[in-house]
Amino acid sequence: MKNEFIITVYTENHIGLLTRITVIFTRRKINIESLTVSESAIPGIFKFTIVINETKAQVTKVVGQIEKQIDVLKAFFHTNEEMIYQEIALYKVPIEPIYESDTIESIVRNAGARILEITKDYVVIEKTGHKKDTQALFEQLNEFKVMQFIRSGRVALTRDPIERLSEFLKERDAFLNSLD
Amino acid sequence: MTAQKVTGSQALILSLLEEGVDTIFGYPGGAIMPVYDALYDYDKEVKHILTRHEQGAIHGAQGYARVTGKPGICLATSGPGATNLMTGIADAMIDSTPLVCITGQVASPLLGTDAFQESDIVGMSIPVTKWNYQVTTPEEIPEAIAQAFYIATTGRPGPVLIDLTKDAQFGELDFEYKKCTKIRSYVPETHVDPHQVKAAADLIDAAKKPMILFGHGIIIGRAEDELKAFIEKTGIPAAWTLMGLSALPTEHRLNVGMLGMHGNYGPNLLTNQADLIIAVGMRFDDRVTGKVSEYAINAKIIHIEIDPAEVDKIIKADVAVIGDAKKALHMLTANVAENNHDAWVEEFRKCDVIEQEKVISKDLYPTKPGLTMGEVVRIASEKTNHEAILVTDVGQQQMIAQRYFKFKNSRSNVTSGGLGTMGFGLPASMGAQIGAPDKTVVAMIGDGGFQMTIQELGTIAQNKLPVKIVILNNNFLGMVRQWQQLFFERRYSFTELQNPDFITIAKGFGIEGHSVSKRENLEDSVQKMVDHDGPYLLEVIIEKEDNVFPMVPTGASVSDIILEP
Repeated sequence: MKNEFIITVYTENHIGLLTRITVIFTRRKINIESLTVSESAIPGIFKFTIVINETKAQVTKVVGQIEKQIDVLKAFFHTNEEMIYQEIALYKVPIEPIYESDTIESIVRNAGARILEITKDYVVIEKTGHKKDTQALFEQLNEFKVMQFIRSGRVALTRDPIERLSEFLKERDAFLNSLD
Repeated sequence: MTAQKVTGSQALILSLLEEGVDTIFGYPGGAIMPVYDALYDYDKEVKHILTRHEQGAIHGAQGYARVTGKPGICLATSGPGATNLMTGIADAMIDSTPLVCITGQVASPLLGTDAFQESDIVGMSIPVTKWNYQVTTPEEIPEAIAQAFYIATTGRPGPVLIDLTKDAQFGELDFEYKKCTKIRSYVPETHVDPHQVKAAADLIDAAKKPMILFGHGIIIGRAEDELKAFIEKTGIPAAWTLMGLSALPTEHRLNVGMLGMHGNYGPNLLTNQADLIIAVGMRFDDRVTGKVSEYAINAKIIHIEIDPAEVDKIIKADVAVIGDAKKALHMLTANVAENNHDAWVEEFRKCDVIEQEKVISKDLYPTKPGLTMGEVVRIASEKTNHEAILVTDVGQQQMIAQRYFKFKNSRSNVTSGGLGTMGFGLPASMGAQIGAPDKTVVAMIGDGGFQMTIQELGTIAQNKLPVKIVILNNNFLGMVRQWQQLFFERRYSFTELQNPDFITIAKGFGIEGHSVSKRENLEDSVQKMVDHDGPYLLEVIIEKEDNVFPMVPTGASVSDIILEP
């Protein structure tokens, strides 16, 4: 059975690595639902957060193939339940219909959204949450005909009390030093 | 070592020398010209083999790597030069062959502008290289080359590619070389877990019908002696994969033959009777397993493998021993009890008798008028005292040669296993001959595959490489034809070839040869080829529509192996 999995990959910061990782999915015809890349808390180490819908057996193999790449330090996978995650969405809504309606205040308040910018033509609203939450707000705001909408890739943290990468790096450094 | 001021191109050559390189297979062109200019000054230190096509260069480098265990070095220009390497890189990737490929690239300001002979070889080769890297400044060269060698040759070996922009070749740097010994994100030498070894040993000691499947990992890991010690202590029958051929002498009493689609009857059939499979340095390729859900149905699985991503990829392991085959087998041998499985080995020998009667005797000692591939292979093996290096192309001749050629020494089988690259044989044979100059190299090639890289006769002639080339000519793309016959109602769609006069072509290249079509002349013909001083081409006109058997049909279980149509 296919489920949503969050794959977290820690890598060196090398050009071409994004392709090296994504072709592992492409080759197996696995669609990447969401992808976020940014520098981790450890300088020089980058973190990929990848969301896919797959069976556990397939995600296990894919993570094995990712970890095999030379510039990859470590790759993990988790179910949604094992992680705390968020996505951010921005909505640009025309000012005119909002002006004429009396629901915008309750929509924004109930969604826990906030307003980033107001001009004479539009309002930009921001909401952070899971996809179903940001999608629900989209449906509501679309009454006013949303002009532009963008949702980010997912960012996620584990519920583990320890930072597994730091542990891993400590062990790895100790091992490499033992080689000298 | 004090730094010296050199150009990027010189730094490349000096780096290669630091890594012990003595042979380069290559082809010049615009974007690699500075490197070729530097190479001109090092003709005593490095032998450059000018091939006739970049595909010839890379298969040559593969052949060299496979017989020496050293990385094969390949040099090509940008654009088409680089893309012509791709098939060989993919072949080396799937067969775990260490290669360091160096390609020229347009000058860095021109990258991404569709400049003349620009191709995105780094982007293109990502899925088929173990690692690749583009160098755009001369200062990066020594470190990039050091990392390339470290990555290509350690752990599960594979091809790496370094793309070198022309400005990096021209620019100057202070050269200092330091070999790479570690990379933070890549730790290939995993420690073998003694608990896993113990768990494996317990299964082995308890097994009634254990069977060893060994692959290329034995040869790559130089674990031939450890394998022998292990099987001799335990008395367990051992079968080789296509890529594992020659890791154990053919005639070893516990060698029960070849696995796979056209392998031997016994090891395929008895895979489903074994109660324990000990797989070493192999990856359960689909040609070995047949239908996975009906594979090794009564067996527990021990998988000894250096690449953790291979464990549980196809066949779930009950015990996985991650690590180098040499180390793991050594530890395992120390942990198992002395044993023998003579009655079980006898089961394999009974199968051999059946296969001998139904298939082998007809292949090796035919009574029909037409020559068989099998008898040619048998005679070639005999006339070289079973000590030659066998290089094959892909197709029927490959399967027949792998089945019937006999081996006394390891690293004596060079074939394109995983990728099945037609055109591999001829260029790989010249690389094998350069890597093993004192050995006889016999190349078994079909008439189809031969014409894919026929131009390398020029390289063989120019370098006076005494390769013994056997063309097994049936005027067909034989393996495809066999499948058309068996599975496509004999609809021979585009598999018949009108061939040139191969002997005249060879003569045109300055290579001697002759053609044989009669059994009474076959032995003498092979003898003449073997005795000839220098390269030789022997064309054998064989039966047009012979098939390779036994066969595990696609999608069938290994125990449903068929001996005849």
